[in-house]
Amino acid sequence: MFEKALSGNRRYWGWIFFLLAVMGVGFICYLKQLTTGLGITGMSRDVSWGLYIAQFTFMVGVAASAVTVVLPYYLHNTKVFGRITILGEFLAIAAVTMCIAFITVDLGQPGRAFNLFLHPTPHSILFWDTVVLGGYLVLNVVITHVTLDAERTGEAPPRWIKPVIILSIPWAISIHTVTAFIYSGLAARPYWMTAILAPRFLASAFSSGPALLILFCLILMRFTRFNPGWEAIQKMALIVTYAMLANIFFILMEVFTTFYSDIPEHMAHFKYLYWGLDGHHELVPYMWASTILAVFSALVLVNPKLRAQRSWLRWACLAVVASVWLEKGLGMVVTGFVPSPLGVVTQYLPTLREVLITLGIYALGALMITGFYHIALAVRGELRSASPS
Amino acid sequence: MTVDRRGFFKLAGLGALGLAGARSLPVLGNPAPAPSLPGPGPDGGVRWGMVVDLRACLNDEGCRDCIVACDHAHNIPQLPDRKHEVKWIWKDPYEEVFPMQTHEYLEDALHGHPALVFCNHCDNPPCVRVCPTQATWKREDGIVMMDWHRCIGCRYCVAACPYGSRSFNWVDPRSYIETIDPEFPTRTRGVVEKCNFCDERLARNQQPACVSACPHGALTFGNLADPTSTVRLLLKSRYSIRRKPALGTHPEVFYLV
Repeated sequence: MFEKALSGNRRYWGWIFFLLAVMGVGFICYLKQLTTGLGITGMSRDVSWGLYIAQFTFMVGVAASAVTVVLPYYLHNTKVFGRITILGEFLAIAAVTMCIAFITVDLGQPGRAFNLFLHPTPHSILFWDTVVLGGYLVLNVVITHVTLDAERTGEAPPRWIKPVIILSIPWAISIHTVTAFIYSGLAARPYWMTAILAPRFLASAFSSGPALLILFCLILMRFTRFNPGWEAIQKMALIVTYAMLANIFFILMEVFTTFYSDIPEHMAHFKYLYWGLDGHHELVPYMWASTILAVFSALVLVNPKLRAQRSWLRWACLAVVASVWLEKGLGMVVTGFVPSPLGVVTQYLPTLREVLITLGIYALGALMITGFYHIALAVRGELRSASPS
Repeated sequence: MTVDRRGFFKLAGLGALGLAGARSLPVLGNPAPAPSLPGPGPDGGVRWGMVVDLRACLNDEGCRDCIVACDHAHNIPQLPDRKHEVKWIWKDPYEEVFPMQTHEYLEDALHGHPALVFCNHCDNPPCVRVCPTQATWKREDGIVMMDWHRCIGCRYCVAACPYGSRSFNWVDPRSYIETIDPEFPTRTRGVVEKCNFCDERLARNQQPACVSACPHGALTFGNLADPTSTVRLLLKSRYSIRRKPALGTHPEVFYLV
């Protein structure tokens, strides 16, 4: 089926080469990091995880969100999702691959990564995270390959794939839960050590993931003959609405517990995020932007009339993705380290090279998504543009 | 993880070698013989621990003898950029070291004055719990060790340490070491390191470098498993505190105040 990714029009190839160029730039920067060390990033002794691990965390959420279309379709027989489950599964494959890439570029000694498997350590959450992420990748590769192949040949998919698909549902929940456990099990970092971190991760994933899928659908509808049906998009929008409201609710839970209990150690991190601490305000504008976007998206989404309009829905979905990205892909990881266990506020600003490496991995994800969706639409004969645009 | 058989014999062998070397080659040995280590406890158990006399240390606030001795003994790079610092032993203000054991009316002698910090060699070390490759592990004698050849540089241990005791090699450290001591390994970039309680000196029956270097007798190293050891007698006779005791990590470094 892969050969279907190799035929496309000029616009398709232009986009592919653009992504390859971004990947190339990122790769050159990564070679520099490999030869001189992680010192080329903005990370430091005090803020020892930064953009890479934050993107990893965000993308685990995107990967897990495939469940928001798979679960209704396979467990509740929501037929309208029939055309988009595969898009969710392909998104999951690309997102997990990006997660693995982000973890790899964050390692000080990537050449020794196999020590993870040579010395399996069940008491380390990172060990379990590699297990669940690896398993999730395999599950989705198998599922997409088998179901798309069945679609191509026009036969019913083999019966054994159904239990595999059902298994992928709790597995999706597990990847983001285990990823939250990496943080929430650390007594050293009060900002992360909260039982609501895993539910928060899931809520933000189940809002930003389907929001991203809606945006992808809208893009595909513009450039191809693909049409998932407006009803499917509206159902996804409803899922985004509920998940985003849960996400905001969980954040408010966190704020209440932290500030009513009034424990200085716990409050310091929130103060750094939203007001700044010891003269450091780097993240403050981003966090307020995230808050405003969250409120805006919630107001649009809860209004059924606005949600039903394509233009409003598009902006609401963009706002959801941006809000969650700012909160999870920027604020959440760094703030665990600020202030440090010894009370020091250290500024973290990613360097240009670090950003380019990150963009390179995003380009890799975009390339995979483009290729996968191209194949899926080619199989269905929906590739050519509906309108001569 | 505990020391396996092979590791144990290696350590025992190193210790014996060290002893033999010290006896047969007095010319090449240390000019001043370092005080040797106390023996095992009554039941043969060894649990290394340290007692820091904060006041004795504060009498000479500017003193860096222990830090310099450690830096030399362990080839610790002196990096100009604070963000890339590698530290095994250093001083930080009392309030930051003991955030739960301070208040606004704290006595002048402690308020804002530096306290000596290094790895606590916790009895229940969170860094060991999180390491995905067992590159850091706790020995039976309580020392929390690092294997610089197994560490993949994920820095999960750095995130898990509630004391900020761990350093990562953000750059190649070798060009930042003034004089490399061939007795001790240097590290490569991309691995985590920290205080090892001078396991290399313990194997030679010597006290840790910082203890030997302290001109004020502020550091006492010994066997916590032996009720008659100096560390135990000190803890029995004077009031002592540990860093962040509420976290349940059980530091084996005690501070007399």
